[in-house]
Parts: sequence; C-alpha cells; structure tokens
Amino acid sequence: MYSYTEFDDAFIAERNAQFRAQVERRIDGSLTEDEFKPLRLMNGLYLQLHAYMLRVAIPYGTLSSRQMHKLADIAAKWDKGYGHFTTRQNIQYNWPQLRDVPDMLDALAEVNMHAIQTSGNTIRNVTADHFAGAAADEIADPRPVAELIRQWSTDHPEFQFLPRKFKVAVSGAPHDRAVIKAHDIGLQIVEKGGEIGYQVIVGGGLGRTPMIGKVLYDFVSSEDLLPTLEAIVSVYNLLGRRDNKYKARIKITVHENGIDDIRARVDARYALIRPQFTGVDQQMLSRIEADFASPTFKTAPTDAYTAAYDSDPVFKSWADTNLTDHRDPSYAIVSISLKAHGKTPGDATAEQMHRMAELAAEYGHDELRISHEQNVILPHVHRGDLPALHAALKEVGLATANIGLISDIIACPGMDYCALATARSIPIAQEIATRFDELKLEHDVGPLKIKISGCINACGHHHVGHIGILGLDRAGVENYQITLGGDGTENAAIGERAGPGFSADDIIPAIERLVKGYLDLRSDAGETFLQTYRRLGLAPFKAVLYPEAQANAA
Amino acid sequence: MAKPFTPKVVTANALLEGDVIYQTATGWTRKLEEAEVLTDEAVADVRLIDAIQQADLTVGAYLADVDTSTDTPKPSHFREAFRAKGPSNYTHGKQEVQ
Repeated sequence: MYSYTEFDDAFIAERNAQFRAQVERRIDGSLTEDEFKPLRLMNGLYLQLHAYMLRVAIPYGTLSSRQMHKLADIAAKWDKGYGHFTTRQNIQYNWPQLRDVPDMLDALAEVNMHAIQTSGNTIRNVTADHFAGAAADEIADPRPVAELIRQWSTDHPEFQFLPRKFKVAVSGAPHDRAVIKAHDIGLQIVEKGGEIGYQVIVGGGLGRTPMIGKVLYDFVSSEDLLPTLEAIVSVYNLLGRRDNKYKARIKITVHENGIDDIRARVDARYALIRPQFTGVDQQMLSRIEADFASPTFKTAPTDAYTAAYDSDPVFKSWADTNLTDHRDPSYAIVSISLKAHGKTPGDATAEQMHRMAELAAEYGHDELRISHEQNVILPHVHRGDLPALHAALKEVGLATANIGLISDIIACPGMDYCALATARSIPIAQEIATRFDELKLEHDVGPLKIKISGCINACGHHHVGHIGILGLDRAGVENYQITLGGDGTENAAIGERAGPGFSADDIIPAIERLVKGYLDLRSDAGETFLQTYRRLGLAPFKAVLYPEAQANAA
Repeated sequence: MAKPFTPKVVTANALLEGDVIYQTATGWTRKLEEAEVLTDEAVADVRLIDAIQQADLTVGAYLADVDTSTDTPKPSHFREAFRAKGPSNYTHGKQEVQ
C-alpha cells in the first residue's frame, strides 16, 4: 500500500493547521458563513439536515487494518458510533461537531488519510475496481495509476475551480466493477502487443442528464496518460459551461460539442503541454507500483473450506454468494455485506469496523477495500481460513449471504440526512430487503441490482440499477419512480422509466409485483432479471407493475 | 395576484452543532413547538434578516411553512418534519433527547 512521504505528511499537516485556524475564525466571528463555506467544503465538511457531515476520502477504496481501526475510533469518539460507506468508496460521518472536526482531521492524518477534495468543483477521490490486485480476470492492478492520478490532481493549481465536480474511475479488468462509463473520465487498462495502456472514456455521468461515456482514445500509453488527462481537464476547464450548474459537467460539454470536436481540442492542448511531462511521473509511478507489490500468498491445505462447504449449509450459502474467484485458486475474494436485512445500506458500527480490521490482519494480508456498492472486501483470504472467518463475521452480524442479490441494495442517504434530497432512500431499501427476506425468495431470484437515489443527482446510481428507484417530492408527498434495465458494467445502459411513480406505501408492493412477474417471465432459472428484460423489453414488466392500467385498457 | 402569506417560522442550523434551531421572540430554541409563528409577511422578512445577521450562532436561516391548525406549530412539509425529528433509520438527532 502507498504510504505518505515526508512531503505528503507536511502537506496534510499544513492543510489541517490552516483549517483549524479557519474553524477558529468562523467561531469567533472573523469569518462569515459565506467566507467559511468554500473553505470547509475544500476539507470535506458539509452541513446537512440535522448536523455537519465529514466526508473522508478512501483513495481507490483501499484501507489497511490500521486505517480501518482509526476510522472506527473516530466514529466512536466524535460521531455516534458508526460510519457510512458511500457509492464513491468514501466514508461519511453524520454527526460531527464543528469544533471537533480539526481533531478528526489530525486523527486521520496519523493514518495517511484526509478529506481534501471530497467536495467542491475539483477532481474528486479517484475510485477503482474494489477487487483490484486480486481479481482473476485482471490485466493489471489499477491502484498504482489511481494513486498517481490522486497525487497529480490533489491541489492541482489549474483545477481547483473547475466548472463542476470531476470524477475519475479506473478498472484493471475487462469486467467493469467500477462503473467507469458513468464517470467524467473512465480509464480501462488494456493490453496491446504486450504493452499496458489505457482506453480513455469521457463524458459519462448520471444525475439529471444521464450519459454513458464515449471512447476518446482506444489506447494511451502509460507515459502519455497524465498529459492526456491534463489536456482533457484543461479543455473542459475552459469549454465547460459555467452559466448553468445543470449543464456544467463534462458529459454536457462532450454532448454539446461532440466527441470529435473534443478530441481535436484535447489533441491540440496535448501537443502544447506534452513537453512539460519529462518522465518524472513515470519514475513516481514505478515507486508507487512497488508500494502495491502483491502480498506473499501462503501455501496451505484448503480441506477446511471443502469440509465446511459440504457440511454447513449456512457457510455454503455465504460462500456461494459472497466469494469471488481470486487470481490464486487457493485464495478467494471475500465480500462482507453491509446490507443485513433491515439495516442501513453501507453503515458499519465502530465495533464492526474494528472486527473487520482485526480479521483483515489475521486472515487477509492486512488489506480491506470499500466497494462502490457499499460493502467491505477482504481481497486476499486463503480458502482454508474461510470457515473461521465466516464464524467470526457471524458473531458481529456481518455474515449476511446476499452479495449481488435483491437485498444488496445501493441507497444514498436520502432525506434522512442529505440537504439536497427530495425523498428518503434508506427506509425503502430497508423495507425491500426485509420483505424479500420474509418471502425467502432472494436466492431464487438470483442476481438483481436495485439502486435507490433520493434525488435526481443520482448518488444511489439508480440509472444503472437493473431496477432503479428515484425518490421525488410530488406536491409535498414522497413519490418513487421506477426505471428498468440499467446496467453499470462494461455493457453500461441507462434504465428506462417504467411509468408513473408510486407512493412510499405502494413502492414495496410494486417491487414485489415486478420481481414475481420476472419469475413468471424468465425462460428458466438461469435467466437473470436483466437478461429477461433485455429479451422481452419494457412492456411485460410494465403490465405487472400497472395492473389497473391493463384492466382499464382491456 | 400574489399568493396569500402562509404562517412561517424562522429556522436555521446551529453553528457549532449543526442542529436544527428555530427562532423565538427572544432568541432560539431547538424545538419547533416553541418557535415564534409569523403571520405577517413584513414582520417575517425583518425576523429573517435578524436571524441571518446572527452569524455567530446560525447557518443558513430561512422561512419555513408551518401548520397552525393546532395549538403549537407543526411542520407542513415532510422535509421540515424530518428536520424537526431526526432521521428515520436511527433514533438520533432531536428524537434522541426528547
């Protein structure tokens, strides 16, 4: 893992000292809120409905045990004993007090963490495949280049006041687990004639105008990557619309000008700035790559795994849903579900965080990941250790066997916390999970991604949910719109709106109708919801969602 | 024709804790039922300016509609109901201390 250099430590210490002084000046009245707000946002501090919220960056979703322990300590000391993991691989604390935030930032700095550029019109936390460095299908680990981009973009003098926020995601595997086509820039690691390079995708995004990113370049070599990124952001910085917040993201810039026009501008800018990149970045990348060297995997028997799998149905069920193939066949990637039925998606208590950190140290080469789907990953666990790990997870309520199933729901904080929300998300997620647990249907239903956003900004990725739910305020009442057929993978697609929305009371029965309708419609038990939708289209699903309309038409 | 003025309270977040606060005739309260209900638009505008000027106590003051059909003001929109109570997934926020 990357460790801060002396330069990094000094930079963070200085920023934290500056922010401490800014907080003091806000409290003593020297700064107005208008003056203070941009300063606090630069340091990840929001004011939400009930309290402040501190958003802490977890670069490319990677944590050591020591860092996870510290996140737990912060939750216990300055928050209400829990933290919320987000769809951008960050953690949010929902209840900090203004005076405590500088101490929280100092505590984070002790473990090489910060909250810089988790807000504002800057390049945000760079996200990556949460199975990075472990997945069997990976071409190369995306984290070294994600770290390089983080260093390049942090406090980049030209890019502190972009037209709008800017999000970059990197995938090292052909199967996209990082939703790269819904990012301002998505990078796909590719191999051409033995050389590792990057497919560069721009202009993706969700929000009120969802767009699938377009390929700007099929192959950019490693030494050309940073100058290319700098050229793209530079073109956007000048061309992006500052007259209308809703048209300010690069997806609109690309849409309005066309990908060919953007490419021509980026080419011209690239030619101008390329000589400034003298290769120092490649030296830095080599050093960073050494930091991400693979752990030394052990050779040990996997009998305990086979025995537990054959004799313990609870373990078998968990193993079938929560494990993913590791590049070393005697290892597995473990997804720890933060979606226990009826609980808040993405929340972990301080106790759970401590326990996950201990288990990562004991069984997982000291590594943890946060997925954009709001779960925690132990990327390297020897199969022989899985029964013991599963038993330990069960003790702290972390052994829910539902990864990729209907109750593994992404939900934004919604109007329970967020000042921008137009409706609640969390209770809808809780009720859907509870209902399908009661029905004992979720393993029959199989892979199905429900994603819920509490407003049009789409933090809950509803556009790319197989079933997307968007909460709106319709004449002073919460109302939920359903979209169908979205997909956040390499086959990215924006979901199609099914029809009129449902009230908070009616949305759960509507989802139940939809899912039971799918069970009737699928060709066989192996055809997933998304495959059935792609085969049949919207009409039959619409018929089960709106039976009254069918009856009236008949 | 302008819309008739509906009853309102001045609300904001407290600077130090971020907690939801409401203006009273003499200061601030954490409870909506203790808030000063404003029924005159001109008075409401003046009270809001007064609140905004108290920058050492408040953040983001604004006028929120209230339902005055009972003795004490109640939220008339669900967003204000959540602000007055706290989140629905934990008994945190105002509901924790009540």
